[in-house]
Amino acid sequence: MSILLRTEGLGKSFTLHLQGGTRIPVLAGIDLAVQAGECVALSGPSGAGKSTLMRCLYGNYGAGVGRIVLTHRGAELDLASAEPRAVIEARRESIGYVSQFLRVIPRISARDIVAEPMMARGMARDAALSRASALLDRLNLPERLHSLPPATFSGGEQQRVNLVRGFGPGYPVLLLDEPTASLDAANRAIVIGLILEVKQAGTAIIGIFHDAEVREAVADRVFTVEPMQDAA
Amino acid sequence: MTLLLGAKGLDLKFDIIAALDDVALDVTTGEVVAIVGESGSGKTTLLRVLAGQMAPDAGTVHYLGRDMLGMTEAERRRLMRSDWGFVHQNPRDGLRMSVSAGGNVGERLMANGVRHYGNIRDEAKAWLQRVEIDAARIDDLPRYFSGGMQQRLQIARTLVTRPRLVFMDEPTGGLDVSVQARLLDLIRALVRELGLSVLIVTHDIAAARLLADRILVMRRGQVVEQGLTDRVLDDPQHPYTQLLVSSVLAA
Repeated sequence: MSILLRTEGLGKSFTLHLQGGTRIPVLAGIDLAVQAGECVALSGPSGAGKSTLMRCLYGNYGAGVGRIVLTHRGAELDLASAEPRAVIEARRESIGYVSQFLRVIPRISARDIVAEPMMARGMARDAALSRASALLDRLNLPERLHSLPPATFSGGEQQRVNLVRGFGPGYPVLLLDEPTASLDAANRAIVIGLILEVKQAGTAIIGIFHDAEVREAVADRVFTVEPMQDAA
Repeated sequence: MTLLLGAKGLDLKFDIIAALDDVALDVTTGEVVAIVGESGSGKTTLLRVLAGQMAPDAGTVHYLGRDMLGMTEAERRRLMRSDWGFVHQNPRDGLRMSVSAGGNVGERLMANGVRHYGNIRDEAKAWLQRVEIDAARIDDLPRYFSGGMQQRLQIARTLVTRPRLVFMDEPTGGLDVSVQARLLDLIRALVRELGLSVLIVTHDIAAARLLADRILVMRRGQVVEQGLTDRVLDDPQHPYTQLLVSSVLAA
């Protein structure tokens, strides 16, 4: 199988200039790789840096040292050193990220929010909208909500919109940050089904799953992120 | 991805104060670039220099490979009428207040050689609707419009000729928060639909996050940090950017 995303000696620290330049090291020497069709679960205590690692992998945080190598357009792209335009292109085509919270855009309906990244990846508008509706249905988002902006939705409803936004386009690599945190048992089972399905189709997944049941069901292996003070 | 606008080594001093200090910037097709910073950081000066409204002391500006600073006034005006658009903070600076709403939109078309009156009126109507102004208001003067409507009319007037590059100077500056959201949303949709390149100056971090692919942070005439919008805002490196981002109140 082919590796779609890997890190080499990835390290990340934060320098807080407003707190007298305090430097907080969070990650060091991370070597992680995920193959097509594989799901790797990040584990480690709260505050160990799992979400920081996820954000680095998506380019949302800049990596301090090391490389983040993504397979993009059949070649290797180092997201740690890539130009912003290249990162934007990679996000459009090759890597998706489901964060814990949906960033809502005023006045845009759930269906349009979900269809947008599909169209950006090249799907025709009609096809994207019907796929958006089908996926929202599958995650039990009542149809009357599809045409409303998600600002007033519950946490669980927003999370489902966010999940569909991430799963819809069919990115080869998916990053999932607690994708089932606000969901009830029935919807959790549906999300597990969705994850297994895209894995089967060859998607490489890195996720943070606090729910042991979900982790058991979807993860092939666990990658432990050690808190820095313990690792030192 | 074509390089539309490229600037290098821009310097400009007002007396002894550096308004621009070795600034470089480029914009490619379909890209939205935000320039953020506080009042007096030099961001509006930079926009003016790039749009050819002000000459720098040193540096170069190229548009599609053409040297902007060596261009004659007539050439620059022709560009401003066709390829470029400029959205001012105050709609009164971009509109003709004594001309009807439809006239404001149609005028830009006529300046580009469209002559058939019926077509111009239809196109103006379509654009009013596109920016969410009732087409029945086509013969009204903009002075009877609200601030938000005036700003939307200015956007219609600017975009009707399908410019490739649009400069925006604090387009949501003087508006109520509720009106700002609607306008930002409208700009966002139009930018995507028309594939516009936009250079937008704003002190509104949330607006920059919503609209921009890339962001430049300016302070005292210098670009202190730049990059991917969400990375600069979520993982700011420069002390000034950290201050700017941490000063925003979460609603």
